[in-house]
Amino acid sequence: MRFPLLQFLTIAVLGLAAPAWAQDAGAIVVEQPWARASIMASRPAAAYFTLVNESNEPATLVALETTIAGRAEVHQTNRQGEVMKMAPAGPVEVPAGESVRLEPGNLHVMLMDMPRPIKEGETFTLTLRFAKAAPVEVSVPVLGPGARGPGNE
Amino acid sequence: MNRAFVAKVLLALAIAAATAFAVAIGATYFLRDRESPAVAAGPDDQTFVEPGTVPIGGSFTLVDHTGKTVTDEDFRGKFLLVFFGFTHCPDICPTTLAEMARAIELLGNAVDDVAFLFVSLDPERDTPEVMAEYVKAFDPRITGLTGSPEQVDAMAKTYRIAYEKVPAGDQGNSGGGTAPNDDYLISHQANTYLMSREGEYLTHYSYGTAPEEMAKTTREAISTFGGAKEEN
Repeated sequence: MRFPLLQFLTIAVLGLAAPAWAQDAGAIVVEQPWARASIMASRPAAAYFTLVNESNEPATLVALETTIAGRAEVHQTNRQGEVMKMAPAGPVEVPAGESVRLEPGNLHVMLMDMPRPIKEGETFTLTLRFAKAAPVEVSVPVLGPGARGPGNE
Repeated sequence: MNRAFVAKVLLALAIAAATAFAVAIGATYFLRDRESPAVAAGPDDQTFVEPGTVPIGGSFTLVDHTGKTVTDEDFRGKFLLVFFGFTHCPDICPTTLAEMARAIELLGNAVDDVAFLFVSLDPERDTPEVMAEYVKAFDPRITGLTGSPEQVDAMAKTYRIAYEKVPAGDQGNSGGGTAPNDDYLISHQANTYLMSREGEYLTHYSYGTAPEEMAKTTREAISTFGGAKEEN
C-alpha cells in the first residue's frame, strides 16, 4: 500500500511470468521485494520480500538463485538478549493461505560471493525454488545502503 | 472567666489546627499540580543512570577510518553514541547505521554535541579504508573505528560487548553450502550506547529502537547534563 508502483511492478512481473505454471501451482505471490545496495565488492548484501501463499497447500521455499551472487540463502537473525546471531534458516515453509515476511532484523535473503556490489537504482532477478510448486522469478529493485524498506528510505 | 478563657484558647487552637491542616492539604495539591505536568513532559528519572555508576565504557585506543590512532580522550566533551558491528554484516549493521544516520538528521544542531562511533568487531577484514567506504555510505558524521584485534577486543570488553566469529555456511543446515575459511559472520551485541561527555554510561538502545527515540533521549541527555561546552 505504501508503495503502489512497486506492487504494481511486482504484480506485472508475476503476471507476465505466471501463465507458464499457473495451472499446477496455485498462486505463490512475492510482494514488496527489495534489496539493500552493498558497499564494496565481496561484501554480502541482503534482500527482503513477503511470500504470500494463496494456494491450498503449504509451500516450502527451498532454494534461491540469482546471477548477481554466487550463493543466495535465507538467513534468520536470532536475538538472544542483546546479541544478534545470524544463521541459515533452512527451508522456509509458508502454510496454505498464509504469508511469511522477510524483513530487517529477522528473516532475510543473504546474497554472498558477489563479484561486484549492487547499486541503488538497479534491479536483478531472483528465482525462488519451492519444494513442490513451480519456481517464481522476482525482479528485485535495489534501494539505498541506508534503506529500511520500500517507501521507508 | 476561667472557663471562658479555656474555651477561647481551645477555639483558637482548633482554628489554628484546621488552618494548618487546610494549608497542608492545599500545599500538597498545589505542589502535586505543579509537579505532575513537569514529570509528564520532562525526562523520566529512569532515562539515564547516574553517570559513573554503571561500569560500562572506559579508555580505549583504536584507529579511525582516516587511519589515525585515536583514544577515548579524543572524544571527551562530546556525548557518544556507540555501536559495534562489522562491514560484512548485511542485515543488522546497515539497519542500525541507517537508523543512526536518521537520528543524526533529527538531532539538527545538537549533532555538534555528539560523536557517532561505529566500532568494527572484525578488525581482520575491516581496515580503515574499508571503514571509510562503509560509514560514508550512511553519514559522513559517523566515525568508523577499527584497530588491531587486541585493541578491538579490549574496547569490546570495556563496553561489555559480547561477540563471536561464526562460519557463514553453517554446517548441518540444509542449503548451507560450503564456505571458505575467510567466510564468516560475527554474532554480536547490537545495542547502541549513549555515553556522557566524560565517557560514562548513561543508557543504551536495543536493536530496533526508532531513530526518533534515540534523537529524543540524546537531546534530553544534552539538556540534563549540559549543552555545548563553554570555551575557555
